[in-house]
Amino acid sequence: MSYEVPLAPGEQPDNLDGEATSAHGWPLWEVFVRAKRGLSHTHVGSLHAPDAETAVQNARDGYTRRAEGVSVWVVRSVHIHASDDASSMFEPFEDKPYRHPTFYEIPDEVGQL
Amino acid sequence: MHNDTGQQAFDAIIEADEKVEPRDWMPDGYRSTLIRQIAQHAHSEVIGMQPEANWITRAPTLLRKSILTAKVQDEAGHGLYLYSAAETLGISRDELQELLHSGRQKYSSIFNYPTLSWADMGAIGWLVDGAAIMNQIMLQRTSYGPYARAMVKICKEESFHARQGYSIMMTLAQGTEEQKALAQDALDRWWWPSLMMFGPHDAESPHTEQSMAWKIKRVTNDELRQMYIDQTVPQAHYLGLTIPDDDLVFDEETGHWNIGPIDWDEFWATVKGNGRVSRERIAHKVKAWDEGAWVREAATAYAAKQRSRSESEKEAS
Ligand SMILES: [Fe+2]
Ligand SMILES: [Fe+2]
Repeated sequence: MSYEVPLAPGEQPDNLDGEATSAHGWPLWEVFVRAKRGLSHTHVGSLHAPDAETAVQNARDGYTRRAEGVSVWVVRSVHIHASDDASSMFEPFEDKPYRHPTFYEIPDEVGQL
Repeated sequence: MHNDTGQQAFDAIIEADEKVEPRDWMPDGYRSTLIRQIAQHAHSEVIGMQPEANWITRAPTLLRKSILTAKVQDEAGHGLYLYSAAETLGISRDELQELLHSGRQKYSSIFNYPTLSWADMGAIGWLVDGAAIMNQIMLQRTSYGPYARAMVKICKEESFHARQGYSIMMTLAQGTEEQKALAQDALDRWWWPSLMMFGPHDAESPHTEQSMAWKIKRVTNDELRQMYIDQTVPQAHYLGLTIPDDDLVFDEETGHWNIGPIDWDEFWATVKGNGRVSRERIAHKVKAWDEGAWVREAATAYAAKQRSRSESEKEAS
């Protein structure tokens, strides 16, 4: 399922792939910022823009006016597909304790392991 | 819409002090309360640019002009973060803007007071942003994830706003008699409206209880207002200015500053009396939107041209 934003009353989906756009036809973009080299890009918010180039420029002005980042990604919101977080998808963590190091009891004499 | 498993999961998240995220099930009332609150917050950031932008061309020095421009630009950014958070609840940016332009959604009435002198730029940063910061620090712990995250980012930027305002007040308070009088006059006009920014007394605030139960709000109006008073009164004294409240007294036992009664009638009269200012604020906002139409059209046309160019290049290769 996509990270969808429902259409407002009277709003027309644009003809590209049926996503919600603003009245002037600008799609929604999710913004990701790399705070510094060595770190992953992190989601910071969203904005509307007519194309990727403008979205990057506006993300830079909107989300990194101080030293918040060294790199920006923008992704059309409609292209993000998300898990169903309410489902049992993440439960295996609970019933497979042997995947964790703390499951194994090792005598102190063995030392660092 | 009722959903027992959804309700249980939601209650568990609130109980555990975790965050509700956009795709989680949530009660309709929680969603609509948040949409209204975040939208009003966003509108306030955007409309709040006007009383200060009003003084950019008249700032006394180039540095003050640059600082004020940067602050106003930050407020536009705050509007963006908040609209972005509101959109995760399923309302579109256009709809939110339409609700503001048509007057069906409100913004903080603090922005319906006129900015009469340069000292107002000091008083707004110190007192109005100061009050907003109190509220926003609390909202960093609000239960809706995107709203809480927007608040963290906003709070980082706000402390500059309060400090630049206090710095203007310090300059004036340490200046000539005339400058000091300007500073006192600004404090006289902005003190009570700032206290009223925290909203009605808890006893007269029917929605507070539900918002506290949902952990949208974490501290009540009166508690926040008191924290603000205790923080701000000594700052006024440091400036050598007088708080316009004859009943103001420090309670040695509680360690709090007690204020005189808030004149809510005067507040409502002022809000209504300032109908002219509020019409001007909205008219100005609509005008800015209309006058920017050519920029949006040009950007859209440019994007379409780039798209068709890259498509025809693909076909050619
Ligand atoms: Fe702000
Ligand atoms: Fe601010």
